[in-house]
Amino acid sequence: MDNRKLRFHWKANAFAWLLLLPSLLFLFLFTFYPIAQTVKLSLFQADLATAVPVFLGFDNYANLIGDEVFWKVMSNNLWFAIGTVPTSIVLAILMAIYCNKALRGTSLVRISFFYPTMIPMIAVANVWLFIYTPQYGLLSRLMKSIGQGDINWLGSPQYVMWAMVIMVVWKEAGYFMIFFLAGLQNIPPDLYESAQVDGVGRWTVFRKITFPLLMPTTLFVSIVALTNSFKLVDHIMIMTKGGPNNASNLLLYYIYESAFSFWDQGMASTLTVVMIGVLLLFAALNFFGLDKKIHYR
Amino acid sequence: MLLKKLKISRWLLYACAALWLVPLLWMTVTAFRPREIALSPAFSLEFTLDNFARVWSAAPFAQYYINTIIIVVCVFAVQMLTATMAAFAFARLEFMAKNVVFMLFLVQIMIPADVLIFPNYNVLKELFLLDTKLGIMLPYFASAFGIFLLRQMFKTIPPELDEAAEIEGYSKWTILWKIYFPLSRPTYVAFGLVSVSYHWNNFLWPLIVTNSVENRPLTVGLAIFAQSFEIGAQWTEVSAATLLVIAPLLIGFLLFQRQFMNSFIHSGIK
Repeated sequence: MDNRKLRFHWKANAFAWLLLLPSLLFLFLFTFYPIAQTVKLSLFQADLATAVPVFLGFDNYANLIGDEVFWKVMSNNLWFAIGTVPTSIVLAILMAIYCNKALRGTSLVRISFFYPTMIPMIAVANVWLFIYTPQYGLLSRLMKSIGQGDINWLGSPQYVMWAMVIMVVWKEAGYFMIFFLAGLQNIPPDLYESAQVDGVGRWTVFRKITFPLLMPTTLFVSIVALTNSFKLVDHIMIMTKGGPNNASNLLLYYIYESAFSFWDQGMASTLTVVMIGVLLLFAALNFFGLDKKIHYR
Repeated sequence: MLLKKLKISRWLLYACAALWLVPLLWMTVTAFRPREIALSPAFSLEFTLDNFARVWSAAPFAQYYINTIIIVVCVFAVQMLTATMAAFAFARLEFMAKNVVFMLFLVQIMIPADVLIFPNYNVLKELFLLDTKLGIMLPYFASAFGIFLLRQMFKTIPPELDEAAEIEGYSKWTILWKIYFPLSRPTYVAFGLVSVSYHWNNFLWPLIVTNSVENRPLTVGLAIFAQSFEIGAQWTEVSAATLLVIAPLLIGFLLFQRQFMNSFIHSGIK
């Protein structure tokens, strides 16, 4: 009897592991092995000048602390996050609330908000490069027609980040709208009915019912938006190459530059480790702070 | 008073939606304008298809299209297979170290492939797969996101169905493909939409991996095409090329937008 049970367990275990095997193989090959390699390589000097990587210990990290561009990139990314995350979330909530109502023409409205999500960032970059171009660009023509001076949005360090933030908010708000639409569908309608019976104003309804019940979605979307603000870099390739003077450079693009333009593998690895750290921090926020409220509700 | 307020906010909504459409409309109009007058402020009704013809002959967009389609289809097909199997194990089987393995997959959600461009490039180099379509696809063959999504779905299927099938003499493997797979169609549709649009739009990784026309997807082709112009770029052509790249997904989205939105909203994608 015991023997049979044991054999059964063995078979069930083997079957489960066989089912997992293909996924696990790719998971190890392209997530865990690369992470381990990065951590290791970040302790070495490995650039074009050194044929065989030289062990440095934590020198790469020390160099990073002294690297002006690194701090510039980190502060850029911080501002990029501050610019994009709250704005796109507020817009997304507004969009969702209005799109959730069965108004005429809503489907066209929903399409116009959501379509930027479907377009590759590289195409978005082409369109917005055209919009931001001095003299010929749409924005430039608009400003001229109302008698304002021309601004080279992408060419001036003080404006370039604004230009990027506006573009990314345009691209992302509609995506987050979907999550809020899903959140709104989960709010029981009788709450609104009883509020209506009591004659509660619309703003109060939003403040006391809608917003608190959307809170889990808001927290979740903030984490996604925060993560995205570190991951979105395709546009930099087309629009600015990180310039002018690193004013639009972001962490992931700096990794790309270090690895594939400067061929400084040690530094690229060190930066990747920093990036992994940042993402794990966001994930930790999600798990320890918010996850309980969001999942399994 | 309330009615009036409602109307104002409604018009505000329409205005906002119109604003959101401006980039697309402007690009579309530019793509169909004759090159000489596209940048002149004067209004005219001249439209042409020349830009598209020039774009099509100036760069191998047909090849790029084929490459992108191959990549998108293969990645999704393999993901479907691997994710279905793993999701079934997590949803319905008891095995050793289940929670540990589940946590391992969580790491992939937290640290996506986008971030690991440099170490993954080294892995591909070790595998001698640089500048191949397989190299572009390989890191995405296991999708933790797909596994989680399908696991949620599989868990909603009543286990009594398994028991009945087992009495009929079905093996677990047959149950998976004959019962769970067909019952989860809506989830596969939602996952398919996410996967296809992600890989149609993916840029940085294929840019790093590919060197040749034979393997380059649309996004990388478009970037190279757009960058090939000097300052004072040929905006009509860049617009036409951009439109060519985004058209398939955009048209698909327009045709199926209701189902698309609904599957998005109800699939529990978060």
